Amino acid sequence: MTDMKQELKHNEKLDVENILKDLDQYTPRRKGWTWREHVSRQQMGPFTYLDSSKPLKNSVPLPPAKYFGNIDPQSMPVITTEIASGRFEDDIRRMRMAAWHGADHIMVIRTAGQSHMDGLMEGTPQGIGGVPITRKQVRAQRKALDLIEDEVGRPINYHSYVSGVAGPDVAVMFAEEGINGAHQDPQYNVLYRNINCVRSFVDACESKKVLAWAEIAQIDGAHNANATAREAWKVMPELIVQHAINAMFSEMVGIKPENICLSTVPPTATPAPCVFMDLPYAVALRDFCNRYKMRAQMNTKYIDSSAREATVTHVLNMLISKLTSADIQSTITPDEGRNVPWHIYNIEACDTAKQTLIGLDGLMEMIELKEEGPLRENAREIKERACLFMEEILEAGGYFQAVQEGFFVDSAMYPARNGDGIARKIEGGVGYGYIYQRDEDYMAPVTAHFGYNNVEQYGADPENPSALIGGCTLEDRSKIVYIDELDPEDNVNVRMEENKKYRNSDLVKPEMEWLADGTVLWTLFLPLNKRVAEVVAIEIAKKMGLEEPEVISREVMQEVEGTRIELKGKVPFDIDVSQLTIPEPPKVLSDDEIRKDIEDYPLKIVAGTVGEDEHSVGLREIIDIKHGGIEKFGIEVEYLGTSVPVEKLVDAAVELNAEVILASTIISHDNIHYKNMKRIHELAVEKGIRDQVIICAGGTQVISEEAAKTGIDAGFGRGSHGIDVASFIVEERQRRRAKAE
Amino acid sequence: MKREDDFEVRRMHIANLTDEELYERFWSLTQQVVEPLLELGRKNTTPSIERAVLLRMGISSIDTKPIVEGCMDRGLMGKGAGHVVYKLAQARGITVQEAGILLAQGKHWDDVVALFEK
Repeated sequence: MTDMKQELKHNEKLDVENILKDLDQYTPRRKGWTWREHVSRQQMGPFTYLDSSKPLKNSVPLPPAKYFGNIDPQSMPVITTEIASGRFEDDIRRMRMAAWHGADHIMVIRTAGQSHMDGLMEGTPQGIGGVPITRKQVRAQRKALDLIEDEVGRPINYHSYVSGVAGPDVAVMFAEEGINGAHQDPQYNVLYRNINCVRSFVDACESKKVLAWAEIAQIDGAHNANATAREAWKVMPELIVQHAINAMFSEMVGIKPENICLSTVPPTATPAPCVFMDLPYAVALRDFCNRYKMRAQMNTKYIDSSAREATVTHVLNMLISKLTSADIQSTITPDEGRNVPWHIYNIEACDTAKQTLIGLDGLMEMIELKEEGPLRENAREIKERACLFMEEILEAGGYFQAVQEGFFVDSAMYPARNGDGIARKIEGGVGYGYIYQRDEDYMAPVTAHFGYNNVEQYGADPENPSALIGGCTLEDRSKIVYIDELDPEDNVNVRMEENKKYRNSDLVKPEMEWLADGTVLWTLFLPLNKRVAEVVAIEIAKKMGLEEPEVISREVMQEVEGTRIELKGKVPFDIDVSQLTIPEPPKVLSDDEIRKDIEDYPLKIVAGTVGEDEHSVGLREIIDIKHGGIEKFGIEVEYLGTSVPVEKLVDAAVELNAEVILASTIISHDNIHYKNMKRIHELAVEKGIRDQVIICAGGTQVISEEAAKTGIDAGFGRGSHGIDVASFIVEERQRRRAKAE
Repeated sequence: MKREDDFEVRRMHIANLTDEELYERFWSLTQQVVEPLLELGRKNTTPSIERAVLLRMGISSIDTKPIVEGCMDRGLMGKGAGHVVYKLAQARGITVQEAGILLAQGKHWDDVVALFEK
């Protein structure tokens, strides 16, 4: 084991180079899947949660949490995020961000074409649409997740795929490397990867036996039928059939039912009345498959390029999860419809899940699904259709025959058939012809091997075949052969050398998926029709110096009045942070320091909302004792109200001999708020009191530096509190006193 | 195949089943669909299964491929690639890892063929 003392510091970047060190020595700390721990009637801040789990040690709460003492309640379902940008080293940083936002199931998609590769891939080549899954990559990410899970204080499940023509090879590597979850479904190979069906199922027996040994949670691939069929909601009976075949097959190989997770997707999306259609399906599936766990996936079939629209679909999907059940809540990044997902969208998706599930906490204590009416009637119909589907598979002569006849992924609602299903020949496909019958003396001296195994011929115990060789890699890790790199050009060391100057340095470029990729996203509105808007947007981007500009989303506001465009591109420059002046964060004094100063030097201020503005909330929060405002320090406040003319404010200061003028300027157009500040300053000069008063102004649109330019002493923007204002006033008074001495 | 929705006709024999009976029927049918698939797995092997056996025996992923190909070329898949390696190791008094390296280098294949002919 490598340096056990390694741990992450919340304010330090994760050191990827360190992760890559001594990987040959790495030992995974556990095997198997981990669920969240339920906390009954959990109290957090002012609230009680009925369906929440143990909170995290370190996390980023939802934005409004600042109003509630930064509580960050966590839902019961494990939350999945899929991270696989093609460069596993950059994905590690994204995994840390996702974990801080509540993800505890990190799935890594494989690079395009890996499922057709005969054998394990090794080293760390760059991937396309995913990551080449190799022992080194898996070790590096699992090792990083060990540190990250310690940091957030909750176990993180790491997951990838056991499919393709090297399924058993990959399963063994996963078992050896402490992987916690895996997709394994031979039907996926057959239907979508055109791998020979007999080969797929024979291989799957071995793969599943290995997964069972490693206690890996298995997720199936049935939801792909939904993503593939033309009219996705019509495959509902088939989806149940596919789930059932893989689940029963897995259980019979030896996977425990609690480790068998069905990947289920609400089949439809708006503008369909999707909850009405999807809920009976969800109920039917959970009725039939009640022995297994539910991994609720989100709909991708109808995802388009609008991230907002995708997010709403996903929230509706989670309503279904809440109304029925979900043990794992998967998330789909809302940008999936337009590019390989970016960092920020993984985080958005995790936050969407957390927000929705916590928002719906306790819902089922108040409502229940009706036992009569369309819900149960439709659910029953779906179950009957699924049952009839299974009957016809047997009538056709079994599963392979049914596949050959195109039973699956037909776009009609079974038993109707459109004749457009995916048909695969029993004698055909990738890997056809590579099935070998085991002889009577067939033997394999290893653990977790499925099927006939004649170890008795060597006097061994069939319960422990690997004893013949003194234990296999599953008992003795030292036998695992670790391969570092095979390709001298295409590997992580070369990639990290190329962008070295951006790692742990002051140079920075914007980033969406890879370190210093330079990618930015722009949203703009153009008062043009869609076609013209796209061309104009590209032209604007070029003029602004963006390289490789590309429109990734366009939404019509009205066909001639305008179009909303989202555009990506790359900036060709970097910024040297060391050359910039970064303003110090405002210092605040302690309550006692402020009280003491006010006691020694009593303070009177005049305050009001200036301009034609009837809002008073912001200023009242700064002032009022009940909001923790400045009155609590013993400051005497003369509040003049709203829509106060600036002249009146200054006159009041003169009349009351106030030391401070506090003006609130909440929302304004054309920079009226800054003009008002300037006017207060000028009036104070005219009246000859400028040296005697401290002028402060605040408001949601106020930027401190801009406010200072108007001649006033300080501006306070969004998020300012009484303590900030009081600290400034006290310190400014101390400065002025010191100057006078 | 194209077919109109004949659900109403087709369902007649299950229409009166209780939910529990329907559940039992569905899973009993599923089991019948799945059984023969498991039987295939028990009786057969494939190159990937044999590579996965070799991996567990401590043989490098780079070497598993030529060993399994050697077995396929010589009609030894029915014996099991792990078995082939084991037998060579036993015969020469070396470890299975050492035997794996030799076979991956194309050595001693005639010996293993002969060992299985005995």
